[in-house]
Amino acid sequence: MNAPLVDIRDVSHRFGQHPVLKNVSLTIETGSYTILLGPSGSGKTTLLSILGGFVDPSEGKVLIRGQDCTSMPPAKRPTTTVFQDYALFPHMSVGANVGFGLRMQGVDGATRAAKAREALGLVGLAAAFDKKPHQLSGGQRQRVALARALVIEPAVLLLDEPLGALDLKLRRQMQDELKAIQKRVGTAFIHVTHDQEEAMALADHCVVMNDGRIEDEGPPERVYARPATRFSATFMGESTILAGKVVESGDRTSAVATPVGSISLPCALPMGSQAALAIRPEHLVLGTASGGTKLGKAEVSDVVFQGSFKRVLATSLEEPSLRFVAKLPATATVQPGDTVAVSCDIDQIVLLTD
Amino acid sequence: MRGIVHIASWLYALAVYGFIFLPVIVLVLFSLQSTSFPIPPFTGPSLRWYEAVLSDARLTSALVNSLLVAVFSSATAVTLGFLSAWGFARFVLPGSGLLRGLITLPLTVSYLIIGMGLLVLFNWAGVPKSLLAAGIGHVVINLPLCFAIIYSQMGDHQINIERAARDLGAPEWKVLLLISVPVMAPAIFAGFFLSMTFSWDEFVISFLLTRFDTTLPVEIWNLLRSGLNPKTNAVGSLVFAVSIVLVVLFELTLLRRKPA
Repeated sequence: MNAPLVDIRDVSHRFGQHPVLKNVSLTIETGSYTILLGPSGSGKTTLLSILGGFVDPSEGKVLIRGQDCTSMPPAKRPTTTVFQDYALFPHMSVGANVGFGLRMQGVDGATRAAKAREALGLVGLAAAFDKKPHQLSGGQRQRVALARALVIEPAVLLLDEPLGALDLKLRRQMQDELKAIQKRVGTAFIHVTHDQEEAMALADHCVVMNDGRIEDEGPPERVYARPATRFSATFMGESTILAGKVVESGDRTSAVATPVGSISLPCALPMGSQAALAIRPEHLVLGTASGGTKLGKAEVSDVVFQGSFKRVLATSLEEPSLRFVAKLPATATVQPGDTVAVSCDIDQIVLLTD
Repeated sequence: MRGIVHIASWLYALAVYGFIFLPVIVLVLFSLQSTSFPIPPFTGPSLRWYEAVLSDARLTSALVNSLLVAVFSSATAVTLGFLSAWGFARFVLPGSGLLRGLITLPLTVSYLIIGMGLLVLFNWAGVPKSLLAAGIGHVVINLPLCFAIIYSQMGDHQINIERAARDLGAPEWKVLLLISVPVMAPAIFAGFFLSMTFSWDEFVISFLLTRFDTTLPVEIWNLLRSGLNPKTNAVGSLVFAVSIVLVVLFELTLLRRKPA
């Protein structure tokens, strides 16, 4: 079996007394696009800084290509970083910026220029070679930063909220380009973001972080469809969460008593334990439904038209603290104040582990 | 009523600028006097006193000395000021606030005290009175200034720029030389030119710390002891002109290139 490209083992980090990473382990495969997704303060940026060599972890090890890099300075590591503010050298031309890493390796001027042009071509900025960074737009600077980091052929490219400073339209466009560039160069990308749409669009492997821990990781489709924890069910997209207690336990089925009635699940759970169930908005059915699991009645409190769909909030009549979040077709005719029956397909109920 | 206020405020402004600039105007005007006394009536214009200054070997060598002291002491002050500002901005040091205060403290101490202190110290250490001693004195007064100017311009944005350079494989000295210094160039030049200005017309420290070879302000003082004559006006005007040039260079380097 091959060693993974990056192997993070039991890494913990504290800033003063404040723990920001709590025993994090993660492996990254060659050629993959990994997204570290989490809210601010979740430790995702610290983890990236540890990978880049800008922060020494309090505990644990980082191996890259099987080599212990835990306290290796950034200059010696096979990683490069694309900084959130791009950090281009303002006094150098775009070509000199991109060629800087090669210059540090002692590559001669002509080869350097050729490789820098090639890298700029890769990001679609071949014409900007002689310009200064301040003559470029935000999106163009972003690409220069990308070219500068890629030209020295790192084993891992680290991106710290690379699209954070761009407006929405440009962000979605750069997102597609990032993915295309990653596929072309085949370098492993590790990308930090708090934008779950960005995560779903880009990731081969999505790592959801919260409060210094990894809550969930896997292909984004899996993380979205079967979130492991309450946090990933609500951070990566929205969910309605039902809390309950296991009241019947069989070999293959269990029944969970929730405020909206008993729900039987096709799995074995310890009798009397607490269980949390998550349902994605698009799986909730409001109004008369033929089959599925009944989830009581609810009063619609809010209907927001969002173009291709309507986002509906409804309060359970059985349990006023329970709020259903549903996504209905744009043609749905619900109004605030309507009382509707709520149901969903049993297969779409996700049992959370926390 | 409003008219009176308007006129009064103009008169006031005129008086303020008059007080500030009249002595300089008088100085420059009578440096162009053609007779031997810098008193009215004005008999010029004539450049004979400038000729006299430039053919006076003592004054011209003092002028060269002043330039040398200004250039070398300012270069040293700005180098040390940059390195200390970089150190304070980039590393967490114990008692950093206190140390920063100490480094800028000489700004508040009078030149006389600094000059006397250095005189005692050099005497004890066996350093003879010389241009070198005066130059060291100028480094002492200008280093805090250079530090303050450069430190104030070191933002967090540059931290990431330096990180990026390290990340791309630059050793620390190349980060400093290829990235930090060029990025900070406006502040560094501003510090340099302001130091030049202060060193150029500094008198007390130079007076206390030099003996045979001395700087222009000390030489002018020598000249003044034998009474006023238009030659002192002429050399004073030259000093003033150089100061103006330095201040303009300072303003240009610090205030230019704000948009980035």
